[in-house]
Amino acid sequence: MTERGATVLYDLPGPRARLRNNVLTLVFGVVLLLVAYFVWTKFDEKGQWDGKLWEPFLRGETWTELILPGLLNTLIAAALAAVLALLFGAVFGIARLSDHRWVRIPAGVVVEAFRAVPVLMLIFFAQYGGSLAGLVVTEFAAVVFGLTVYNGSVLAEIVRAGILAVPRGQAEAGSAIGLRKNQVMRLILLPQAVTAMMPAIISQLVVLLKDTALGFVVAYADLLNAGARVVPANYANLIPSVIVIATVYIVINLALGYLATWLERRSRRSRKVTADPAAAEAAAGGEVALMR
Amino acid sequence: MEAVVDELPVILGAFWLTVKLTVVSGVISLVWGIVLAAMRVSPLPVLRAAGAVYVNVLRNTPLTLIIVFCGLGLGTVMSVQFSRDDLSLNSFWLSIIGLSAYTSAFVCEVVRSGINTVPLGQAEAARAIGLTFLQTLRLVILPQAVRTVIAPLGSLLNALVKNTTVAAAIGVMEAALRMKNLFDAHGDAIIPIFLGFAAGFVVLTLPLNLLSGRLARRLAVVR
Repeated sequence: MTERGATVLYDLPGPRARLRNNVLTLVFGVVLLLVAYFVWTKFDEKGQWDGKLWEPFLRGETWTELILPGLLNTLIAAALAAVLALLFGAVFGIARLSDHRWVRIPAGVVVEAFRAVPVLMLIFFAQYGGSLAGLVVTEFAAVVFGLTVYNGSVLAEIVRAGILAVPRGQAEAGSAIGLRKNQVMRLILLPQAVTAMMPAIISQLVVLLKDTALGFVVAYADLLNAGARVVPANYANLIPSVIVIATVYIVINLALGYLATWLERRSRRSRKVTADPAAAEAAAGGEVALMR
Repeated sequence: MEAVVDELPVILGAFWLTVKLTVVSGVISLVWGIVLAAMRVSPLPVLRAAGAVYVNVLRNTPLTLIIVFCGLGLGTVMSVQFSRDDLSLNSFWLSIIGLSAYTSAFVCEVVRSGINTVPLGQAEAARAIGLTFLQTLRLVILPQAVRTVIAPLGSLLNALVKNTTVAAAIGVMEAALRMKNLFDAHGDAIIPIFLGFAAGFVVLTLPLNLLSGRLARRLAVVR
């Protein structure tokens, strides 16, 4: 909360308000400590703070042999799905803006349909539908497929909104100097749209990274699988292990989140971009970069 | 196609579970999310910090991990029980804990952004007539803030409908897991079954979108 924000809802406290605030701070501090103590003792009763459950995380081989391979698999799946989803998003986002109805309408149907279906269902469908078609679909392929089409559809909406947010004069000026439609798109609209939409794109990639954890359901050997199946199978320490794994996820996602804010601030400063990121994001619909 | 028609009661049952998960965890996360938002704008640094930590931890953890923690960690290791004899009821409530804990962090952020859109003069006027912080928040700020964020809250609800499928990770027989079971039972009808379930989700989410758009327009604060 900023200083300015702090004064919106309440005045700067005077002597009485300061006293009251101090008392309330004490009261709520005690309440929060009691809650923490309650949780701590409940876990303690089950011996969850026992040193021997946590000790494996101090040993190098737990990390090098069990956790890091999982993290690597998570990052590989996320990276491949991110590249494919960006391609998917660019192709379908542009296709939805096509002048030809026979391109625009099917692209719209595909994007809207895949956005409405939960990722987990797409993963199951990839597994069973693939074997129906005689393909051997590994867990990895199924996870990448699900993440690609869902996030690709969301990215398509982001790209489309970004292109629409570039002022019309840009495209008109491009046509006026004799560029072809695809040149206008490639040289003028897309670069500006992508720069403006960068924060939204990165937020969606954070979502994608988080969603790789769905691979757990189909037993893909990702980070969550390492933390919730492999490590507890060796040391019977599910709760400590899940807490450690959660920390790894949080650190990675916070870092990506900071990258997104930094890029947003930078693109707001730069004058080269004419599209307004905030307007573009609003146009992409609330759900973009919101959740999942 | 026959498989879908034959299994229609089963499919509808699975979607009924999805609806129950959505409604219960939706209500809990709305209430808890507003409480968190109030904490994050309160004059007390303790509450602000606690709210900020909660939101940042929950928002950056994968939902699957949270649900697995609730199901296996709380359910199996800590033996948190909601029902002695009905295991499916147990995992139902455990997954609701996970879904609500996760969604409320997003509700908090949406409501907080709504609070930021309420003009400064509103809070100043409220204070000028002598309302306390909680009165200002409850009577003046929140009613306006929530009304401006109905559309984003609708998107959250929409995402929640899809997120309930993650409860499959701890064996709750909602739509996604039921679909996988039907795939196993009817290996020859995978595409019709998939299309049936996909249509189910479209039927659930489409009216939500329309409704939240209409509500947002009708309840918009005129300024």
